[in-house]
Amino acid sequence: MALLDVNHLDVRFALRQGDVKALRDVSFSLDRGERLGIVGESGAGKSVAAFSLLNLIAKPGYIAGGSITFDGQELTGLGERALRKVRGHRISMIFQDPMMTLNPVLSIGEQMVECLKAHRRISSKEARAISLRKLEQVQIPSPEKRLDQYPHELSGGMRQRIIIAIALLLDPDIIIADEPTTALDVTIQAEIMALLLELCEKHNVGLILITHDLGVVSQVTQRMLVMYAGRVIEQGPTREIINDPQHPYTQGLINALPQMATPGERLNQIRGSMPSLSQLPSGCPFHPRCDFTQRHDGSERTPCKTEVPAFVRSGNCEVACHMVAELQDAERIVAEEDNS
Amino acid sequence: MSQTTQAAVKPPTEPIQQDGPADMNPAAGGDSLLEIRGLEKRFSLSGDFLEQLKFRRGRIVREQQHVHAINGVDLDIRRGESLCVVGESGCGKSTVARTVMGLLRPSAGEIRYDGERIDHLDSKALLPFRQRMQMIFQNPYASLNPRMTIQQTLEEPIRLHHPDWKPQQVVDKVHEVMSSVGIAPDWGSRYGHEFSGGQRQRIAIARALAVDPEFIVADEPISALDVSIQAQVLNLLMEAQREHHLTYLFITHDLAVVEHFGTRVAVMYLGRVCEVAPTATLFARPRHPYTQALMSAIPRLEDDRPQHLRLQGEVPTPVNLPSGCVFHGRCPHANERCRREIPRLITTDEGGQVACHGVEEGRLS
Repeated sequence: MALLDVNHLDVRFALRQGDVKALRDVSFSLDRGERLGIVGESGAGKSVAAFSLLNLIAKPGYIAGGSITFDGQELTGLGERALRKVRGHRISMIFQDPMMTLNPVLSIGEQMVECLKAHRRISSKEARAISLRKLEQVQIPSPEKRLDQYPHELSGGMRQRIIIAIALLLDPDIIIADEPTTALDVTIQAEIMALLLELCEKHNVGLILITHDLGVVSQVTQRMLVMYAGRVIEQGPTREIINDPQHPYTQGLINALPQMATPGERLNQIRGSMPSLSQLPSGCPFHPRCDFTQRHDGSERTPCKTEVPAFVRSGNCEVACHMVAELQDAERIVAEEDNS
Repeated sequence: MSQTTQAAVKPPTEPIQQDGPADMNPAAGGDSLLEIRGLEKRFSLSGDFLEQLKFRRGRIVREQQHVHAINGVDLDIRRGESLCVVGESGCGKSTVARTVMGLLRPSAGEIRYDGERIDHLDSKALLPFRQRMQMIFQNPYASLNPRMTIQQTLEEPIRLHHPDWKPQQVVDKVHEVMSSVGIAPDWGSRYGHEFSGGQRQRIAIARALAVDPEFIVADEPISALDVSIQAQVLNLLMEAQREHHLTYLFITHDLAVVEHFGTRVAVMYLGRVCEVAPTATLFARPRHPYTQALMSAIPRLEDDRPQHLRLQGEVPTPVNLPSGCVFHGRCPHANERCRREIPRLITTDEGGQVACHGVEEGRLS
């Protein structure tokens, strides 16, 4: 059984105008030591998906259905006290902006010791020693000195290293990293990503990496989910999806990257923009922007507009697309006819 | 930390200023639309006169601290090209854009537009130039006035630059630019907040195009947008360039965009230009060690593990600039000369320019 199992997760935000369905029918799993990427544009629900794992979605958000099983324990409906044993301890988080995550009035050492003592019965001296060791692991220059420094004295890259050290402090099983390098410069981003990857591999820690950057996902993760308008639309091994995306949206996303076009030529754009979650189109949420709602002969593929597509297997991937399903059916019929 | 007056950092930049215009750009003939020479911009960190007074060793002294945002930049922008300026945050790329547009007054140096010096003009004298050069900002959520309708937003620059136009002419022009960026003209009565990020950036582009400029400065125009929308806006910018024969100064940190969009690229580090080259040349063979590190840091879709060149340390603050080459503290090839002497831009055989002692001496390929 997988370490983390998410099944048919539904998350809603209760607003005055009615419920906004931020996540619908999201299922995925993560094995011990596995690295999973969640990709999507803003508003796709990727952060909500990660936050809801630890029930960190603020009111008016709530988990409306589905289950989250971690190491055999059901996390939905768990009380705050019990959740706190998991949060930061067995599953820790890294957020986008390191300045927002660190407490500006506490020194780095105090924050790390506080975190350790909240979860373990140890002396301050021991806690400080562990903190120092973790700072060494994240390759911070002169770690001893950093323990007594305050967040504002450190640069952005250094702060994010501290955050990683704090995330690793209690030897978690899973780290959830929400756009951990978006606020950083390219050269620093590359260093932080390499460090995170190295540490996860060395300590066999699972990683859920949330990002909009397909390049980062393709270099760090083994499997990925592509999200669109609150749903998972494609998931599978990262290499397979990057090299041969099946869903028209994933294809569009990859083809829209400037490196996929000849310099100076038009980029392959996806028309329109992602619908707001309160005004979702019927059927497949992507159909108004999709180029494949018509068949080759010009006839309309009606289910695109009326039915939410179910997942179909394609290689090692799962794709939620009527076109892919239809093509597979057609191939199967041809194969059966050949056989008979 | 603090230095007494700015004198301490100033002398090293002077050699660049003196022989800059003479031998820096042998290739740049009369086709330069914009010439930047020895541009410097400092921002004071010390507040007003009274705040600068400090009590030191029994005496009152005046101390000033400056952020040295740009330190001697020479650049030529040729007619019809897209010059991309890349660099990490704090390298001064946006300050270059704003100084060129006259939004900031340079501390030293010259900016010439079409042969005429514009950096010291007052706003009245600058008005005819403002019509010819327009700007697109990074954040379309902040650059559109929330209390103006789109129609008003787009009419404003036209009325300012063409006071003699009849109302119908103005309306026609607004409709024309709206259609050209793919915004339906009958949406003119809506306000900015009713549009998505990508649509707002289209409107910002329409506003820049409304006065038929020949030169557009775009400061990170797509970095606030989602991936699928970025492609739409880049396509629009390229279409506009073809249709209106525009020249772009394009500021970005995204090298993938540069490779696609730029005719030439200038790489900046800590307020200096370290390399300028035609895009294809730069991507095929980056010469400056910083450019090489920057390029290797782009996350690629390809299979291989990140093989990026790790730089030591982080970008120093632009308050206390390092001596010599600004990059020497992080450069794996730095030697004594790099720590002492500021490298000048030298022309390479491939038509680019690079400011690196190592390349000049032949130590680096």
